[in-house]
Amino acid sequence: MSSDKEELEVSIWRGDDAGGAFEDYKVPAQDSQTVLDVVSWVQQNTDPTLSYRYACRVGMCGSCAMMVNGVPRWTCRTHVKKVLDGKKVTVAPLRNLPVIKDLATDMDPFFDKWVKAGGVHHPSKTRDDPIEPINPKSIARSEADTGIECINCSVCYAACDTVTGNADYLGPAALQRAWTLYNDAKDADQQTILDAVSGNGGCHNCHSQGSCTLFCPNELNPMKAIAGLKRATATSLFKRKK
Amino acid sequence: MLDMRLYMLQRITALIMAPLTLGHIAVMIYAIQDGLTAAEILGRTQGSVLWFLFYGSFVVAVSLHAAIGLRVILHETFAVQGKALSVFTWSICLILLAMGGRAVWAVTAV
Repeated sequence: MSSDKEELEVSIWRGDDAGGAFEDYKVPAQDSQTVLDVVSWVQQNTDPTLSYRYACRVGMCGSCAMMVNGVPRWTCRTHVKKVLDGKKVTVAPLRNLPVIKDLATDMDPFFDKWVKAGGVHHPSKTRDDPIEPINPKSIARSEADTGIECINCSVCYAACDTVTGNADYLGPAALQRAWTLYNDAKDADQQTILDAVSGNGGCHNCHSQGSCTLFCPNELNPMKAIAGLKRATATSLFKRKK
Repeated sequence: MLDMRLYMLQRITALIMAPLTLGHIAVMIYAIQDGLTAAEILGRTQGSVLWFLFYGSFVVAVSLHAAIGLRVILHETFAVQGKALSVFTWSICLILLAMGGRAVWAVTAV
């Protein structure tokens, strides 16, 4: 344990969608302390009305993402010592999403776009058919595998400047999901997926700035997935099938 | 805001502009080697269907390409949308087309 006298200066955004401001708190520094530990300490010891969201605390559920010093991060997997600016750290709700209260954002727009991007399975068989064997080394399966570790934390969505400027843009996570399904041999409707990502807010709005790939805590590459969708939609325009 | 149609149009016009730009620069470098007056340049371009098509297609490509690009900037940076955005896009396209077309006509018409 560090000295009990050592304190962190923590600024936490308090408010709702109508407005708010940063409030400052003093939090005792501890060894191996995560940003989520810091936020929890404030809620448990200083202000029980502080609202925030978390579940697993080990980087599996994707619910504790927040802006830490202006950067989207999983707070449960971010050691506070690695992000401290002197003794200071700021914690704010995820960017590009409506705020419900304090650090808790409304994730509905994020998940609505997931569905809008064709991110639902289109079955190719019924439950009575035998299970189709899939070659794990096929090119399409390898491509699909690159995106399936996404846990919907919305870090990429918060990092994306195109989402900030264009509210209709589907965003990196939803488009990566579409690309995964497009490459899934068990998905029966690839053209529906391509049509879903070719509209006003579709993959063609991406500027390839790469913030999604840079900040993804799972080290996935949504920018590459979006580039794949751009290629696939352009090809389908001429061929009208994959 | 930027759908498949506008995206493809912007990429295709970029593909058209790239070789035309290189061709323009190459001809400029080649043509001025021994000095060249405006009258001599006009002597070669006026009445030339080839140069009319060369610069004419460049002007059309630029007008479409730039209008779509500025449309994106206006929407994402200044939140312009709907009819105002369409009016802006078409205005830029037509202004560039008129200015460029006038210039092409000036050097290629007899």
